Amino acid sequence: MSGHTNLKETVLEISGVNPRKCMKCGKCSGTCPAYGEMEYHPHQFVAMVDKGEIEKLMASPSLYRCLACMACVERCPRNVEPAKLVEAVRLLVIRQQGLNHMTSDEIPAKLDPELPQQAIVAAMRKYGK
Amino acid sequence: MQSTVKEFKPLIVAFCCNWCSYAGADLAGSSRLSYPADVKIIRVPCSCRVNPLFILRAFQRGADGVILCGCHPGDCHYTTGNYYARRRMTLLFSMLDYLGVDRRRVRVEWVSAAEGARFANVMNDFAATIHELGENVKLEDLRCKQ
Amino acid sequence: MQKIGVFVCWCGSNIAGTVDVHAVAEAMKNVPGVVYATDYQYMCSEVGQQKIRDAIAEYGLTGVVVCSCSPRMHEATFRKTAEKAGLNPYMVEIANIREQCSWIHKDKEVGTEKAITLAKAAVAKVLKNAPLTAGTSPVIKRALVIGGGIAGIQTALDIADAGYEVDIVEKSPTIGGRMAQLDKTFPTLDCAACILTPKMVDASQSEKIDIISYAEVEKVSGFVGNFTVTIRKKARYVDITKCTGCGACMEKCPSRKGKNEFNMGLNTRTAIYIPFAQAIPNVACIDPEQCIKLKTGKCGLCEKVCSAGAINYQQEDEIIERQYGAIVAATGFKPIDLNGFDEYGYNTCKDVVTSLEFERIMNAAGPTKGQLVRPSDGKHPHEIVFIQCVGSRCSEDADKGKPYCSKICCMYTAKHAMLVRDKYPDVNVHVFYIDVRTPGKNFDEFYRRAVEQYGVDYIKGMVGKVWEQDGKLMVQGSDLLNNEQLTIPADMVVLATAIEPNPGARDLATMLTASMDTNDFFTEAHPKLRPVESPTAGVFLSGVCQGPKDIPETVAQAGAAASKVIGLLAKDHLVTNPCVAHSNELLCNGCSQCEKVCPYGAISYIEKEVRGPGVREVRRIAQVNEAVCQGCGACTVTCPSGAMDLKGFANRQIMAEVDAICKAQ
Repeated sequence: MSGHTNLKETVLEISGVNPRKCMKCGKCSGTCPAYGEMEYHPHQFVAMVDKGEIEKLMASPSLYRCLACMACVERCPRNVEPAKLVEAVRLLVIRQQGLNHMTSDEIPAKLDPELPQQAIVAAMRKYGK
Repeated sequence: MQSTVKEFKPLIVAFCCNWCSYAGADLAGSSRLSYPADVKIIRVPCSCRVNPLFILRAFQRGADGVILCGCHPGDCHYTTGNYYARRRMTLLFSMLDYLGVDRRRVRVEWVSAAEGARFANVMNDFAATIHELGENVKLEDLRCKQ
Repeated sequence: MQKIGVFVCWCGSNIAGTVDVHAVAEAMKNVPGVVYATDYQYMCSEVGQQKIRDAIAEYGLTGVVVCSCSPRMHEATFRKTAEKAGLNPYMVEIANIREQCSWIHKDKEVGTEKAITLAKAAVAKVLKNAPLTAGTSPVIKRALVIGGGIAGIQTALDIADAGYEVDIVEKSPTIGGRMAQLDKTFPTLDCAACILTPKMVDASQSEKIDIISYAEVEKVSGFVGNFTVTIRKKARYVDITKCTGCGACMEKCPSRKGKNEFNMGLNTRTAIYIPFAQAIPNVACIDPEQCIKLKTGKCGLCEKVCSAGAINYQQEDEIIERQYGAIVAATGFKPIDLNGFDEYGYNTCKDVVTSLEFERIMNAAGPTKGQLVRPSDGKHPHEIVFIQCVGSRCSEDADKGKPYCSKICCMYTAKHAMLVRDKYPDVNVHVFYIDVRTPGKNFDEFYRRAVEQYGVDYIKGMVGKVWEQDGKLMVQGSDLLNNEQLTIPADMVVLATAIEPNPGARDLATMLTASMDTNDFFTEAHPKLRPVESPTAGVFLSGVCQGPKDIPETVAQAGAAASKVIGLLAKDHLVTNPCVAHSNELLCNGCSQCEKVCPYGAISYIEKEVRGPGVREVRRIAQVNEAVCQGCGACTVTCPSGAMDLKGFANRQIMAEVDAICKAQ
């Protein structure tokens, strides 16, 4: 249990988000362009972080489906900033992995011409260091 | 020098306007939100009734801190009283260094009638600051030192 | 020789629990000037008050200090007690040892010590008190209602019904306000015009009510019972005494491209116009921004066709000044500006409308004659999406939207959805909601009817984005209960837009010296116990200008405000506050500083012969109008010569309190 709270605290500290501000309106999930790709949707992210279910989120591929487009951050009426939570959980995973994640040099080789510019920038944010 | 350490009990005078801050203090009371007993409140009709001389008088008589509370800007019962108070206090602040009073010993805060919790927080915070600063050096009346 | 009595109240255990009341009374006996001190369980009770009266008589007290609850609670009580015993009521001071002592300190020793200090300060002050006599001021038996919507109309009708004269100042050319724009009203679905227009007619026909339309309040001075208000009657360019409202001018006017405000800009109107058919006063008005004659000097068609000869291009704004005993603010609301909510596409898609616009579309007297058609192409829609909480319930730290719930949107959205389904069963209706809030008589039943009987599709979730694609409005939102994201191809989108106070309200509040909250709603004198009074005496609140509310609540509040006004106007005289400023003519040097800071204009200057020790000359000195002075004390601190002082809170009184507090420690 204590592990849970520590993880939660870390996520909150990294993200600077207060999930208690959420009024559960679902606008983030209504906004999210990657909704269909995600196992846990933005509003669930907020609720699960609040409940301390960080490990579930860390194990979920949803983390890497978030485009970090920040639409949910922009449109949230309560300034909750769900994408920052996703980002924080992602960072948590990366920290636990040490530094064996993708380097920015590897990205060009994996580029898809269809990939939107925004996603590339998001990828830099996700994988680059 | 005294060898026995006397516990420092600061003396804090709070001027509160009748319409907002005094009511805020009442609300703090009826909500049972505690703040140090060192704070003694003087009721004035408006923060603009507080002559900076009252504050200096308090220091002259041994106060360790003085706080002036009024309505939030724009909410003054008399429309503009707190603006006058703000300007006067700005002038007082610029004089305090000259007079030898640490300006942290004087504070101006806006507390509305609905902000009981804020009143208690402000007083706790101010009392903590005064505690840190320790006893004030009494202002001396130069007229008596011919 | 002053003789002070000190009375320490236990307030049951409220004070006695953490303050040793006997010790306080004993300590006070040793304070110079105090001749009597006692304590009792409840000083405010009849027995407690009798103790005070007896002591005044027995010891010949010249001043009384009651150590009890806040003076905001019982100062008036104890002043009356003293007055009954023959003591000047202003020779009473309260030491607040409950709210500011016993209730906040747990330690009895600490509490007792502080209580003694506070009592000593009160004694120090009362020793310097002077007997004061409250004056009286007459009450002008006429009320002003600012705003001619349902709130203002109802307030005026109720005041007039009690036999008092009342003026309604309305800034638009007609009274009626927002309610006149509505189609049906929830939860009974009676038509708004059918219940409002008779009231408008009553107001116009009442001998006691004077409707001053197309006018705005410019200046307010004075005080409760005696306000002087300057009103600007804007030029209509039409003589309202001659115009018959026949409408011939509107038919002929060639300038037809004005935005029709009454229809929320959904269609156009002529430069000379009557806002709507049931307008009161039913007279025309020329929009000077749009009139060709007024802008270029050429045209004059309306003047030619007007058989009543009512058109007057030379008309100018008229300034009138009237006296009132009471003022009611009933300035109402408007929907918020939707800039900043680009995700809903309001500014880019014609078929995304606000609920008030939708109200006009559904209204039989509206731009579409009540036919539900899309504003873009006039076609009948088959799929309509309603989005609730647009701009309401936003975080305080967000840079757009309002933090409060607009209160009326859940119900009118249910109403719209139900009306659409009732009239056009072929139309699918979806409502995105965060919560459905329906506390009110028959409100939740109404909402359930929309769902169960009319088959309105309520979706728990919020819309993230609306965009145009192939002639459809794609509405992408979340369905939280099904845990899915949906995209609905809709023909129309209706935004339940948050409401906010009318923009002029803040200027008005400044004129009235009435306070406002951070959202520009007028603040009531007490949120529970004085909901229709503003903290400024003589100024009352009615309708949405005080906070979001629906029609029944508005009417109830209007009636309550009217009863407060009637209660005030029924008095012949008001007792004034004697704690006012006064200047010492021997010290005053006539510098005018105090006049400049006085927010009430209570200070004037007179030439007066001043006689003092070694002085006899005519000087310019300040004089305070005691009926106008509200006793804030701004002038006392400004006065460079120390001539100005405030009765009841005199310099020497406050200094004595400071000294007593500092000495006691």
